[in-house]
Amino acid sequence: MTAVAGRTDVRLEIVVNGEPREARAATLAALLDELGYGDQRVATAINGDFVPERARPGTTLRTGDHVEVVAPRQGG
Amino acid sequence: MIMDLDAAATGSPFAPYGTPVRSRLLLGTAQYPSPQVLSDAIRTADVSIVTVSLRREAARAKGGERFWDMIRGLGVHVLPNTAGCRTPKEAVTTAQMARELFGTDWIKLEVIANDDTLQPDLFGLVEAAGTLARDGFKVFPYTTEDLGAAERLLAAGCEVLMPWGAPIGTGRGLANPYALRTMRAYFPGVPLVVDAGMGAPSHAAQAMEMGYDAVLLNTAVAKAGDPIRMAAAFARAVEAGRLAYAAGLMEARDMASPSTPVAGTPFFDLDLKA
Repeated sequence: MTAVAGRTDVRLEIVVNGEPREARAATLAALLDELGYGDQRVATAINGDFVPERARPGTTLRTGDHVEVVAPRQGG
Repeated sequence: MIMDLDAAATGSPFAPYGTPVRSRLLLGTAQYPSPQVLSDAIRTADVSIVTVSLRREAARAKGGERFWDMIRGLGVHVLPNTAGCRTPKEAVTTAQMARELFGTDWIKLEVIANDDTLQPDLFGLVEAAGTLARDGFKVFPYTTEDLGAAERLLAAGCEVLMPWGAPIGTGRGLANPYALRTMRAYFPGVPLVVDAGMGAPSHAAQAMEMGYDAVLLNTAVAKAGDPIRMAAAFARAVEAGRLAYAAGLMEARDMASPSTPVAGTPFFDLDLKA
């Protein structure tokens, strides 16, 4: 799969925070842009594995991937 | 007016993983009526460590950012948790995300075994603690009073243990004081924090009188009629309990023993003749 500016012509069927979605983004960094996360302070995981912020541009998405996008919250 | 006693009066400072902190009350940040009440409760109780969590965030949502800005403004240490995790894998990934989000290698490790009791899964806990310790985390495991599990957690690299007082959110106080006393006696040099289940300041004082190094609670303050006053009440109870432990409690006894001297009691000889 070729990624031009992190996007492809292929639509991937993925799951983001439990919701099924179609995405054009080829990488995790591009996906966050496409979904509108912008400069929000978030952490990410794919299929249960942590993906550090610095690794997002180089992390390729595949159909069926489960992506988690989380932020700070109150806790006990 | 109560005379001020400095920290030396209560023994060595509480210093989890070598970080000395002022307060022995660790406070959760969830379930408060408003962010302002949470902020005021933390300030009023002069808390040094607060627990936080992470949750799924929608695009363009600002909740996470606002909460984090508020906590950072308080100048406290944050202890992120892995609440809700049911497997070591979930807990490890959550810890890694928390480290990046909060910029700390401290993690309150929870691996939950049972939905009704929220009892820790001790097997998963030991496994996750080892993985995280090898990855450089400073693990605060939410555990039970089980000594075998405690020893394995220490061997896995934990330098603090956090046994439960009672199941999370129940407010029942110390369900098994005997086991908690045993644990304290068995690990005299390990920082021990009673975590969860406390409902009243007297419960926290009881844990501190036993010699526990600190207590961690959330619901009892957050769900109080006035959380700010209750935070202050818990802070004082924790201080009182610690001071009592440092002072040395008297031994309980079965028979009454007069506290007023017997010698010189008026009419004493007349009583004897009667």
